[in-house]
Amino acid sequence: MLTAHWLYGLSGCLIMALGLRAVLLNDSLLQRIIALNVMGTGVFMILITIAYRGPDATPDPIPHALVLTGIVVAVSATALALTLIRRLTEEQDSD
Amino acid sequence: MIDILIWLVALPLAGALAALLLPRYATAIVISTAIATSISAAALLYAVATHGVMLYEIGGWPAGLGIALRADGLAALLLTMSALVLLASSIYAGAYFRENLLRSRFWPLWLLLWTALNALLLSGDLFNLYVTLELLGLSAVALASLAGKTAAMQAALRYLLVGLLGSMLFLAGVTLIYAGYGTLDMATLSRVVAAGPIAWSALALMTVGLLLKTALFPLHFWLPPAHASAPAPVSAVLSALVVKATFYLVMRLWLDIFSEVVIPQVASLLGILGAAAVLWGSWQALRAERLKLLAAYSTVAQLGYLFLFFPLLQALPAGAARDAAMGGLVILALSHGLAKSGLFLAIGIIQQRSGHDTIRDLDGTAQRLPATTFAIALSGTALIGLPPSGAFLGKWHLLSAAFSAGQWLWIIVIMIGTLLAAAYTFRVLGHAFGQQPYPRHPVTIAIEEWPALILTAFATIGLGLAGAPVWQLLKVSL
Amino acid sequence: MNFDTWLPLLVVVSSLLPGLVMFFLDEGSHRLRTVLNMSGALIKLVLVGIITWGVFHQHIYETRWTLAPGLELVLHADTLSVLFVILSTVLWLVTTVYAIAYLEKSPHRSRFFGFFSICVSATVGLALAGNLLTFVLFYELLTLSTYPLVAHRGSPEALRGARTYLAYTLTGGVLLFTGTVWLYSIAGPISFVEGGTLNQLHADYHPQLRVIFLLMITGLGVKAALVPLHGWLPQAMVAPAPVSALLHAVAVVKAGAFGIIRVVYDVYGVEFTHELGLLTGLGIIAAITIIYGSVKALSQDNLKKRLAYSTVSQVSYIALGIAILGPVGTIGGIVHLVHQGVMKITLFFTAGNYAETLGIHKVSEMDGVGLRMPATTLAFSVGALGMIGIPPVAGYVSKWYLALGSLEAGMAWWVMPVLVTSSLLNAAYFLPILYRAWFKQPVTEWPNEKILPARFETQTALLWPPLITAALAVAAGLFAASPYSPLEWANLIARREYGL
Repeated sequence: MLTAHWLYGLSGCLIMALGLRAVLLNDSLLQRIIALNVMGTGVFMILITIAYRGPDATPDPIPHALVLTGIVVAVSATALALTLIRRLTEEQDSD
Repeated sequence: MIDILIWLVALPLAGALAALLLPRYATAIVISTAIATSISAAALLYAVATHGVMLYEIGGWPAGLGIALRADGLAALLLTMSALVLLASSIYAGAYFRENLLRSRFWPLWLLLWTALNALLLSGDLFNLYVTLELLGLSAVALASLAGKTAAMQAALRYLLVGLLGSMLFLAGVTLIYAGYGTLDMATLSRVVAAGPIAWSALALMTVGLLLKTALFPLHFWLPPAHASAPAPVSAVLSALVVKATFYLVMRLWLDIFSEVVIPQVASLLGILGAAAVLWGSWQALRAERLKLLAAYSTVAQLGYLFLFFPLLQALPAGAARDAAMGGLVILALSHGLAKSGLFLAIGIIQQRSGHDTIRDLDGTAQRLPATTFAIALSGTALIGLPPSGAFLGKWHLLSAAFSAGQWLWIIVIMIGTLLAAAYTFRVLGHAFGQQPYPRHPVTIAIEEWPALILTAFATIGLGLAGAPVWQLLKVSL
Repeated sequence: MNFDTWLPLLVVVSSLLPGLVMFFLDEGSHRLRTVLNMSGALIKLVLVGIITWGVFHQHIYETRWTLAPGLELVLHADTLSVLFVILSTVLWLVTTVYAIAYLEKSPHRSRFFGFFSICVSATVGLALAGNLLTFVLFYELLTLSTYPLVAHRGSPEALRGARTYLAYTLTGGVLLFTGTVWLYSIAGPISFVEGGTLNQLHADYHPQLRVIFLLMITGLGVKAALVPLHGWLPQAMVAPAPVSALLHAVAVVKAGAFGIIRVVYDVYGVEFTHELGLLTGLGIIAAITIIYGSVKALSQDNLKKRLAYSTVSQVSYIALGIAILGPVGTIGGIVHLVHQGVMKITLFFTAGNYAETLGIHKVSEMDGVGLRMPATTLAFSVGALGMIGIPPVAGYVSKWYLALGSLEAGMAWWVMPVLVTSSLLNAAYFLPILYRAWFKQPVTEWPNEKILPARFETQTALLWPPLITAALAVAAGLFAASPYSPLEWANLIARREYGL
């Protein structure tokens, strides 16, 4: 059980790191937005892992609330980003 | 009285929704909301001065489970400054945006930004900070991209990416904090956080995220294009308030929550980056060809000054000298906020009148708009740090702290930075003296010029002569 | 909150408020502008009169205002401030009259008089400053308010001159500011106390005090035109004549010299400065400036530039007086503050008259001008004679006291040659002008003559100011022994400084 706990946490960190790397090194805007989402997923995984309080206790609800809020925020941000990218390509095409 | 905290968040939010639903009356709604929110901010300032720290637990849930809104002296001061800037800029924006379509898109986003700003300054909970930080960033980006041209879009997208990256890092830090201490309440955390790997990593993550958003050298690359291509009122708010809000968070983290954890070497690192920002930003401002670019680089430099305080605050023991330095930091931040917003508003007037903001071709316009040029002169006084201005007092305390702590490097940086700021300011002002015909009336476009004049007057005469209450208010702290 | 606490502030505000109002006046409102200007000047005169009487009878006039913790704005009237304030107020009144006439039909007059008034407020403010912070504050305000005056004409030369002026004075300001903050961080808030307060500090601080002194004197020396910081002064001659008159007789250069007096006498204390070995250095720089200024003046054909270099030289007499240890030398230096002001303003007024009425800008164009403009040239001659040091014009009084003081202090072996040489040089560049003006045949056509309907040689408002100031210069010299002369007042200051 403990090993699974640590595994989840570590994978969360790994995903976050991969996402970070992609944001910094990639050139395409779309890929960077996706990479940011991946990064976010990594952080959410860590949060979920933290919620575990042992085999007998109920999980901590607060990190769950944080993850839900975080997902909403990430979705809105991605929506804005995608709209802007679309408008930018339109502007550049009409130039 | 305690409800004021909720009013400060609810009023602009309600206004934003109303402006969205009733675009025909949007301008009237916005101006009345702005006035109401400003009055609330002033009331909060008064309440904090007389009753001490204000606390409000949303929904009655106690802190730890629920979200608390807290206002101390620092928050109240920043709130009041924001309200003043946003009120003046709202009046200005009403006249600035000629097309109705643009204006009806602008107002809801504008009030959303105000909501986010107020909520951020009042947050007593780390995760709430994350949410408001994101909201602030998103509305700022949306506002910056309103102009619609390619350059503006690209700059806005870069701003968005950087902002999202910063918030993500911030969230990672918050996660670590929760993992280590089991609470997100800021007041509780400032009591329990102790030095250790969790605290260090969390602080590092959160700081890097915030530094990205505050545009500290060398993470400042996104700021000049974004601030320079946004519409004038938006640039004013971006430079004066949005970056200040993230800086405020760095202050809260370093001086409040993590004060036990910070070591002198890391504080010095912040100082060195700040020094680099001062020199690089001022140099680039001197070389800038456009007024807005000059103002944007000036923001980079001025933020650098704020970061110079960190190693000094770290080195000084708690006492009168440290309190004096703290006040210097805050008054410098307030002064910059007022002066920079006034500057951007004035530049906006020039840009609209002459169709461009190239410095070399400024002659005719600058001389035909004496009130605007006077606003730029007042703003320049506050940016250079000449008396009378809040910045003069702030720089005095900065230098004084440097002398007391024996950290000589900053002194040289401040002296050079001041001279460079003088150089780029007077480079612009030199164009105000020429041989073009002088208009009969000094104030030509009252509704646009008066907000700029009032903001810059507050930065110079207001804070410069009546700035003592800032120190008294800062004593009311969490 | 009685009258005594408000009085110093009122003196400053009496010109500040009209100035701020004038910015918002329409260009065409001449009458209102004149009313504002003159009423401000007259009110100030009355207030200053009250203060003078009070200070003579040992009243305390002090305004205090806290800007920040440890930073208090203090306006305090003592004998030295009263001297400078009277000089500024009287000369401002006269210059205002002159300027209104000189700038008739000029553009940008609202802006000009607005900054003009702020400039005088700044000068009076730093005269009344009761501590270093207040002094520095008004010193910088002076820089800011004089820049637009120098750049007023808007021509490329004016802008260049103004840029140079700014570069020099702002750099000086930063140095002064840094020195002041340093001093505050060592010794706490520094008030101006007769005799100075720094000698009470521990000897460990002495090296720092030396560096601070250097920083502050350099910062002040820019405005006081000490060599090699004087470069801006000849360049700033592009300003209109009223500006050159005010800047060079009253506001800027005197502010620098006044600052040096304050630092040496009321911050460090003259004996302590001597102990630190700094007084001699100051004296040497003063001597070099005196000689250098006069030498450069010889080679200038442009009249205002010649007068500019003469100013460079003459203001350092004040510094020399400070450097001479002992009350007599002090008296010589301080009284020259007044004498040089009155004489120099006369010279600049007359130079302005020549330029305005006849288009004369160069010495070589001045042949026979005494016949054409006798009253103006009479005033010019009075000023010139005073500069050389010929009685009864006031200049000789200062030189006499400087010489006497150097004898008493045992410094005569180098001060006397400097005084003699500089007087000879003064004669060398002023007497030829007088000869040309009075004794040479006038040219057939002046460079740019304005035909005036009036009976007098030029407008009345341009004629009276130089005649009045010339008369004052003669009176100060003739009645130097009377109890109301500048000399007596300088005597009073020196007595209080040395505790006699």
